Amino acid sequence: MSEVLVLIDHVDGAVRKPTNELLTIARRLGEPSAVFIGPADQAAGAVETVKKYGAEKVYVVDDAEIKGYLVAPKAEVLAQLVEKTSPAAVLIVSGGEGKEIGARLAVKTSSGLITDAVDVTAEGVTTQSVFAGNYSVTSKVTKGTPIIAIKPNSASPEETAGAGTVEEFAATISDAAKTAQIVAAQPRQSTGRPDLTEAAIVVSGGRGTGGDFAPVEKLADALGAAVGASRAAVDSGWMPHTFQVGQTGKTVSPQLYVANGISGAIQHRAGMQTSKTIVAVNKDEEAPIFELVDFGVVGDLHAVLPALADAVEARKN
Amino acid sequence: MNIVVCVKHVPDATADRKFESDNTVDREGVDGLLSELDEYAVEQALQLREKRSDEEISVTALTVGPAKAADAVRKALQMGADKGVHVSDDAIAGSDYLGTSLVLAKAIEKIGSEQKVDLVVFGMASTDASGGVVPAMVAERLGLPQVTLASVIESQGDQVRIKRDGDTATEVIGATLPIVLSVTDQSGEARYPSFKGIMAAKKKPVESYSLSDLGVEASEVGAEAAYSAVEEATARPPRTAGEIVTDEDGSGATALAEFLASKKFI
Ligand SMILES: Cc1cc2nc3c(=O)[nH]c(=O)nc-3n(C[C@H](O)[C@H](O)[C@H](O)COP(=O)(O)OP(=O)(O)OC[C@H]3O[C@@H](n4cnc5c(N)ncnc54)[C@H](O)[C@@H]3O)c2cc1C
Ligand SMILES: Nc1ncnc2c1ncn2[C@@H]1O[C@H](COP(=O)(O)O)[C@@H](O)[C@H]1O
Repeated sequence: MSEVLVLIDHVDGAVRKPTNELLTIARRLGEPSAVFIGPADQAAGAVETVKKYGAEKVYVVDDAEIKGYLVAPKAEVLAQLVEKTSPAAVLIVSGGEGKEIGARLAVKTSSGLITDAVDVTAEGVTTQSVFAGNYSVTSKVTKGTPIIAIKPNSASPEETAGAGTVEEFAATISDAAKTAQIVAAQPRQSTGRPDLTEAAIVVSGGRGTGGDFAPVEKLADALGAAVGASRAAVDSGWMPHTFQVGQTGKTVSPQLYVANGISGAIQHRAGMQTSKTIVAVNKDEEAPIFELVDFGVVGDLHAVLPALADAVEARKN
Repeated sequence: MNIVVCVKHVPDATADRKFESDNTVDREGVDGLLSELDEYAVEQALQLREKRSDEEISVTALTVGPAKAADAVRKALQMGADKGVHVSDDAIAGSDYLGTSLVLAKAIEKIGSEQKVDLVVFGMASTDASGGVVPAMVAERLGLPQVTLASVIESQGDQVRIKRDGDTATEVIGATLPIVLSVTDQSGEARYPSFKGIMAAKKKPVESYSLSDLGVEASEVGAEAAYSAVEEATARPPRTAGEIVTDEDGSGATALAEFLASKKFI
């Protein structure tokens, strides 16, 4: 069986959940080989995780020389691994960085690229949700090595032991790839809540919060959810941009999405319409968000959310 | 300094966007416009020209697309770009990211053969395809450093620094011109064309290139040359209408809690 390369998405060696989803999908296509690009001394922990999700091989690429140089060197590493392994496909997490790595890799290897996939079949047919979720499109890479960027939450990660054989891979990085550089970085402060794109439940607030996100946060904590926001809430300075859901924010696809004081503009829908269950609280019964919901409450979020949070807590006990 | 801004003509996102029977985006039945996210790119190019007023800076708006795509260039000129380039050729229809990025890269090279291009500015993503991959592909093809998804842009001499919200950190990225830059909708609202701008745009030069002007073979682009193919595009069935209740004295929260419990969320 051919190898399927899966680029590990990690923070200091801690593997992020979407990687496990990719490994699960990779097993449909061939034998998963995970690719770790990072400090060699952080590889061990990552190897342990990907092994659990079925990685037969792990290529470890020490990033001492390329750290901070963004996506270009990573694309070179993957291009050399594609050359070496002739994989059935390369799977990457569909986020800002992943898509750009895929873009450069596609040009380097003359291969087709599919972004924002939400499913991949054993035959390599991908599903994407387009036009703000109004269309579902299936596509297939027809030339070169399929490079597929897959959105978080596209599969539930299944544990299965892989051999996890480690192979150090010494890539040759060109000077041209070492140009644009991160000169300062401020790691995101942990909110103690789940990561927005990975969360099973997202509770969002919009302009209707009037700037008071406490009820939204209270409900999120009762449900163990991540907090999201509309662009109106972000533009008003109530929430940082990293919390924004929508076309120019994060796309989320949780089991449950709770929209509070959000009208449901097309650009917001683009980021949440594929959520499995959608619930909204809005005081305007005409709000377009109600066209999407499985359950909606016409009411004031400042009254409904605290009572709901209490009801959720009460049921837990 | 020579700046090129890549602008795409897209179907209006607030209209009812559709696919044709051959699975390509319907670009006729729906009104088109300059992608809103590319207005931010034009804005940043113009701001750079204004901030560095001691230099001779020219801003060229470049689009690849059918005849109607000229409207996107026109809008950029009305906003204040100095000239336009429109690459149009029947053979380009149906191109994928690889085809589009090839044509853009060749057009930028051609613009650069007259005067070196120092900066290529992109929107963060097109509002129709929304891949956000064309900037990286063009950077790869031109061999240029890539600085993407910028929310704040600063430049001095040939040094550029940007700030962006990365996936896991807020980052400052530095690079030396020439570079490829993409900007987000956090970079600052785009200006509206003024009456004067609209009048002035009528006199600004727009060059049209065909594939042969760029030395690109028809067989390298278009649907035939694409590296991926759409198999099926299906309109998603409208979501079945859910239950809507009106809150009265706490009844809304109770009903919602019942619903969440029935779905096993609590
Ligand atoms: C290029 C572009 C990109 C964009 N990208 C995004 C994006 O990524 N994400 C995004 O969200 N938007 C995006 N937008 C903006 C989008 O078009 C809307 O403007 C935005 O989503 C509106 O946010 P909102 O629903 O919070 O505010 P509004 O549309 O003002 O809606 C507020 C809602 O709150 C309700 N409300 C008010 N008070 C209460 C109360 N006390 N209790 C309950 N309900 C109440 C009102 O009835 C109303 O429905 C983008 C726009 C453009 C042009
Ligand atoms: N046909 C095109 N003509 C000009 N610029 C384009 C074209 N397609 C994409 N772009 C540019 O590339 C950016 C990202 O596009 P995309 O990768 O399709 O999301 C857009 O915001 C534009 O700046």
